[in-house]
Amino acid sequence: MYGNDFAPPEEGPGGGLLGEVEAAEAALREAAARARRGGPAPDEDLEAYFADVIDADQKIEPRDWMPEAYRKTLIRQIAQHAHSEIIGMQPEGNWISRAPSLKRKAILLAKVQDEAGHGLYLYAAAETLGVSRDELVELLIEGRQKYSSIFNYPTLTWADVGAIGWLVDGAAIVNQVPLCRCSYGPYARAMIRVCKEESFHQRQGYEILHTLAHGTPEQKAMAQDAVDRWWYPSLAMFGPPDGDSTHSAQSMAWKIKRFSNDELRQRFVDMCVQQAEILGLTIPDPGLRWNEERQAYDYTQPDYDELTRVIKGDGPCNRQRMAHRRGAHEEGAWVREAAAAHAAKRAEKNKEKVAA
Amino acid sequence: MSAPFDFTLALGDDALIAAQRLGEWTSRAPEMEEDVALANIALDQLGAARLLLTYAGELEGAGRDEDALAYLRGDREFRNCLLVELPNGDFAVTMAKLFFLAAYQLPLYSALAGCGDERLAAIGAKARKESAYHLDHASLWVRRLGDGTEESHRRMQAAVDQVWPYVHELFTAAPGAPVDPATLRADFDAHVSAVLAEATLTRPADGWAPGGGRDGVHNEHLSYLLAEMQVLHRAHPGAKW
Repeated sequence: MYGNDFAPPEEGPGGGLLGEVEAAEAALREAAARARRGGPAPDEDLEAYFADVIDADQKIEPRDWMPEAYRKTLIRQIAQHAHSEIIGMQPEGNWISRAPSLKRKAILLAKVQDEAGHGLYLYAAAETLGVSRDELVELLIEGRQKYSSIFNYPTLTWADVGAIGWLVDGAAIVNQVPLCRCSYGPYARAMIRVCKEESFHQRQGYEILHTLAHGTPEQKAMAQDAVDRWWYPSLAMFGPPDGDSTHSAQSMAWKIKRFSNDELRQRFVDMCVQQAEILGLTIPDPGLRWNEERQAYDYTQPDYDELTRVIKGDGPCNRQRMAHRRGAHEEGAWVREAAAAHAAKRAEKNKEKVAA
Repeated sequence: MSAPFDFTLALGDDALIAAQRLGEWTSRAPEMEEDVALANIALDQLGAARLLLTYAGELEGAGRDEDALAYLRGDREFRNCLLVELPNGDFAVTMAKLFFLAAYQLPLYSALAGCGDERLAAIGAKARKESAYHLDHASLWVRRLGDGTEESHRRMQAAVDQVWPYVHELFTAAPGAPVDPATLRADFDAHVSAVLAEATLTRPADGWAPGGGRDGVHNEHLSYLLAEMQVLHRAHPGAKW
């Protein structure tokens, strides 16, 4: 009922990547079925044991010993991912009240609801690493942890909702599909579930743009304008170029990351070019052309200085997004306190009942 | 609202406007679980609205579909009760509104499920399951806030007092309707009184009973709500989305 009554072309978004998610899910099951040796021997070097598990493509689970830096990296990455889902509700939530048909309104509401669900799921995955959700939410609100730079851009027209689905969710999936094979079990499992839902979202965004691009001239112009504004911020979602990426090498060695920023960015560009042709929309890059030798598209890099400015807090909506999140948190404090007080009263009453 | 078209349209409008208000909470809820819950309830209301408006359009036979009815009527043509168009206010006001709405919709949809009109019966059968969840959820929060802290008790009582006058309109007698709303009042009162008592809240005295929604005479909030809801659709006449 939520709009999947539109059959995209075979090569439409989601197809090949969903296959990779399913393969990762199968690999996860196989890894679980391969009898893992039952933990380190009493006199075994823990670091060597950890390295063995990673080498064998087995999963690290919450009770396993892990290097402190591995734990910290994962907490940072999973929390940032969770924060992105929660902040990401804002730019799209901006259009729920104005969605142009009841069907689109329902699809968008369901999507934003999914994002809240992903946020909760990812916070739970982070909590397996020994940090509480409340602590992470504090870190977000105090600006000490980041969320994806993309959500600091405004949604100015309805077509932006389509562009976010197609490009932003598309980039997120390209980024997250390899994480389905990440060495930390709870994160890998979260990513499998998240990627499946995200690929629905991407298809819905693509469908919005497809409808607009084949609608009235005003609708088509609206779609093109949205793609023009979201293309480079989406490319920047893959992070700085490989030479400048601080976390990459270690994360690759730990099998948290599987591909470099630039590899994933290239994969995304190659995927989008073909889809843009079917949409009948232009990717705003005069330098975009097929490179026969590399068997890939050459493209113009995003403005990484702009990316740095946005990450540091000076994008168009950073202040607004943070103020909104902080406002919701502060205005809801009396409700959370009431829920806690009520639960305490109930517990007290139950105790009395048991005693009596 | 005795003719089947008027009746179905009024129910559809109730659900649509309730969905629009609940949708405003997105990313603003006091906790993340509640963001999920409010979006979920908004989606249920919107789903019921779509079924009811589609059927109303068919009953009318003038070629209006759900979108024509939702986006191309002015506020004098909307038939929703005043309760659903009231602003969200704080979380207590939203929960008071949802609590009263669900306590009305549950017996309404249950009765509808047994009515002679097959389409309305099917819609009632689907929607009553969702209403039962909405009522559980709102009742839980009314109890938590009423019997929580001093502050939450004060806010919940104020919200109940503020919203209470608007419940009377829901039960205006309509003897010819597929379900006469007047017959639902006893069920509503029983559930509401029980929950308010558990929540240590006082049921307000009956008195002022504003109405007019069913005749398209609304309060000043509705046309702003519609302006926002309809702006894009109206800016592109005839476009597909």
